[in-house]
Amino acid sequence: MNPVYWLVIAAAVIVVLVAAVLVVRSRGKALPPVEERPVLPPVGPTRPVEEEAEPPAIAGTAKPSTKALDVPEAPASRLVRLRRRLAGSQNALARGLADLLSQDRIDAATWDNFETTLITSDLGVGPATELTTRLRQRLAVDGVVDPVKAHDVLRQELIALVGPDLDRTVHSVGAPGPDGEDLPGVVLVVGVNGTGKTTTVGKLARVLVAEGRTVVLGAADTFRAAAADQLTTWGERVGVETVRGAEGADPASVAYTAVAAGRDSGADVVLVDTAGRLHTKTGLMDELGKVKRVIEKVAPVTEVLLVLDATTGQNGLVQARTFAEVVDVTGIVLTKLDGSAKGGIVVQVQRELGVPVKLIGLGEGVDDLAPFDAAQFVDGVLGD
Amino acid sequence: MFDTLSDRLTATFRTLRGKGRLSDADIDETLREIRIALLEADVSLSVVREFVSAVRERARAEELSKALNPAQQIVKIVNDELVTILGGQTRVLRFAKKPPTVIMLAGLQGSGKTTLAGKLAVWLKSQGHTPMLVAADLQRPNAVTQLQVVAQQAGVAAYAPQPGNGVGDPVEVAKQSVEVAAHHLHDVVIVDTAGRLGVDTELMQQAADIKAAVDPDEVLFVVDAMIGQDAVNTAKAFAEGVGFDGVVLTKLDGDARGGAALSIARVIGTPIMFASNGEKLADFDVFHPDRMAGRILDMGDMLTLIEQAERHLDREESQKAASKLLGLGGGEFGLQDFLGQMQAVRRMGPLSKVFGMLPGMGQMREQIDAIDEREIDRIEAIIFSMTPAERANVSILNGSRRARIAKGAGVQVSDVNNLVNRFVEARKMMQSMGGMMGAGPGAARKGRTSPAAKKKGRGVSGNPAKRSQPAPTSQPALKAPDPSVFGAGGLPATEAELAEAMKGFQLPPEMQQFLSPKNKGPR
Repeated sequence: MNPVYWLVIAAAVIVVLVAAVLVVRSRGKALPPVEERPVLPPVGPTRPVEEEAEPPAIAGTAKPSTKALDVPEAPASRLVRLRRRLAGSQNALARGLADLLSQDRIDAATWDNFETTLITSDLGVGPATELTTRLRQRLAVDGVVDPVKAHDVLRQELIALVGPDLDRTVHSVGAPGPDGEDLPGVVLVVGVNGTGKTTTVGKLARVLVAEGRTVVLGAADTFRAAAADQLTTWGERVGVETVRGAEGADPASVAYTAVAAGRDSGADVVLVDTAGRLHTKTGLMDELGKVKRVIEKVAPVTEVLLVLDATTGQNGLVQARTFAEVVDVTGIVLTKLDGSAKGGIVVQVQRELGVPVKLIGLGEGVDDLAPFDAAQFVDGVLGD
Repeated sequence: MFDTLSDRLTATFRTLRGKGRLSDADIDETLREIRIALLEADVSLSVVREFVSAVRERARAEELSKALNPAQQIVKIVNDELVTILGGQTRVLRFAKKPPTVIMLAGLQGSGKTTLAGKLAVWLKSQGHTPMLVAADLQRPNAVTQLQVVAQQAGVAAYAPQPGNGVGDPVEVAKQSVEVAAHHLHDVVIVDTAGRLGVDTELMQQAADIKAAVDPDEVLFVVDAMIGQDAVNTAKAFAEGVGFDGVVLTKLDGDARGGAALSIARVIGTPIMFASNGEKLADFDVFHPDRMAGRILDMGDMLTLIEQAERHLDREESQKAASKLLGLGGGEFGLQDFLGQMQAVRRMGPLSKVFGMLPGMGQMREQIDAIDEREIDRIEAIIFSMTPAERANVSILNGSRRARIAKGAGVQVSDVNNLVNRFVEARKMMQSMGGMMGAGPGAARKGRTSPAAKKKGRGVSGNPAKRSQPAPTSQPALKAPDPSVFGAGGLPATEAELAEAMKGFQLPPEMQQFLSPKNKGPR
């Protein structure tokens, strides 16, 4: 029979246990005067140290029309620049791998180092071991000692690892609705806190504007302080309208309004930024599910992008899995790749969930977002 | 893949059974498992290597082969080593002799510096200081606004003379802020700097300039608990570029195992001072090395569970339910109580997660992973379809009522029967356990015993490790000479003792048997 029943009953027992512990613990604490948890004072007017310390963004909104709009960089030149940056970044992985394979004699110790280098790029123990074994076999079968050829084999294997045949286009074209009206493409951007969702939305808006599309931004991050301001600033720079709600408003309603506004104004794409949420927070994940459901009352969501930070370790896989369960992630944006982190975790994510990396963020510059291309990426990593 | 270290080691040792003693090869095998476990927890490779060899030394020295339970023994060694490294040198915040004390925050983008500035301010404020936040992040769009809002929420002052968004000089802002703080009698200045990458020499220089300008008493390196193998590179870059005195670990409320903490503590040698574990400004605490060790090893984390429970559960209600369930008065434990408890647990996170935090649940991991939350929704639906009278007393459920409930919940009558039967069985079992406990040594302690306390006593002493520990000195009369399963080991009076007790917590044998995979119910 179903063990779930037993587990649920056990759950009740656990609560009881925990409650008991709480009682005991509170008694233990009772000896010294019980210390209150720091309680937040009611939000009141702060004492500004200097009066002119007013939020600057509001000043910006007053006169968006007079401000000269930035012209985003064209996609072609962007690619070249970013690829150069990827190759030029401090690439221990590239150097490490290439150095190892250019040795005259490749012995067990070399392979050990090789595997180590892969592990330090957050690839995970499993895939790292697998890649090493496969490479080792191939080189053994071919009897290769030639470093150039070894390098070539490595390149092939790495490309195979990142999966070159996945569809990596960002689906931002809406299908016609049931009444024949044109619906905007809806891109929902999700992820844990601090991975760069808002920045990604801002950069993506620029890319789309550069392609000559009309864009509406939806600031459904109503939780973090000034998140909507941050997005509005991004929007203003390229003359894109941002739909926002009050701080603490229901994100689903903001998202709905944004998509509806996009539909009514005939925009091509609506980009919806959501608040960062840890995947372990059930309530917040439910909220995210609601955002998506509510949006779909207006127009189907064409793309759900999960933003992963390249510095994220093995937890990235758990994150991706949970987000995929809740909102059916269709693509990954790997950000902060310009640092020393390699973002190897996406290999595992891609493999387990079949969700491809679609975009990569390579810096703080406003145009530092590039489409992901397996071959180019590997070449960049290997420093070719 | 996400097996706990204990599970893996137990599996490894199972193959060795009957050998009598452990060979070096056996130890190597277990060390390999430890290595993988640590790597999967994102501990950086160089640290793992060092660590494993240290454990090897100790394992050899301690005559592991003679241990009764080598798996537990080696886990203990690993755990001890982890705690030693993590808690090597904890210390408190240094305050300047002459105020203002300057605290500078530095870290990667998105590690949570601005939020942390607010948390730190609230914490300091609660200790009687008057902190001031300084917006020296002039890089990210509207970071200044965010800091101002955070300051407002925290009820502290903010100093933000520059609009940000790329305008203004952070070094200048930081420099001025110290004078402003002195002038306005703020005794702590918290400088929030822009996020920067370790490889960005220009920005690292800027951070160093800020540091030189304000001469901070503490530079805190803010790092995300989710960070992977890159933790060491980044930390090194910051240590060399800026130099920091302490580490703050953020986003610990996620399920990342946080191996980075170990790497940084080991490689840089700076203590981890604070842990931030939630989105609210009050979710901020000093760092607990022992909990972190358990977390890195993915062992049950009872203390975190308790903390979460504290946040989500209604103490009185749970206590009442406990006494009902154990048949110690307060009426009969009904389905309504069951529902309440179940919902409370669900608030703490996905059930699989909550169970995972319980020690001793390792052997049922498979089942835990197989929990389908929808199944639980269905159980809720069944209970929701009952009248209050039916929930309080399931014995009145006749065929017609059951049919109605099944219809209401959209399930089959057999599902309703199942739930009711299992519920009654479980309750009966719990009550018999409660009865046994009632007769335990706790009963001798008249006037002070509460059902809950007894329950706790059982939880503690259900395992030999606890019994071997000295009874808390606060209650010397309560030494537990009785080695029976339910002999009470006395109440742990302090948190430390409780923590000790919790480490040894195991489900009582009845429960374990009840939950064991072999026993999947009467049918």
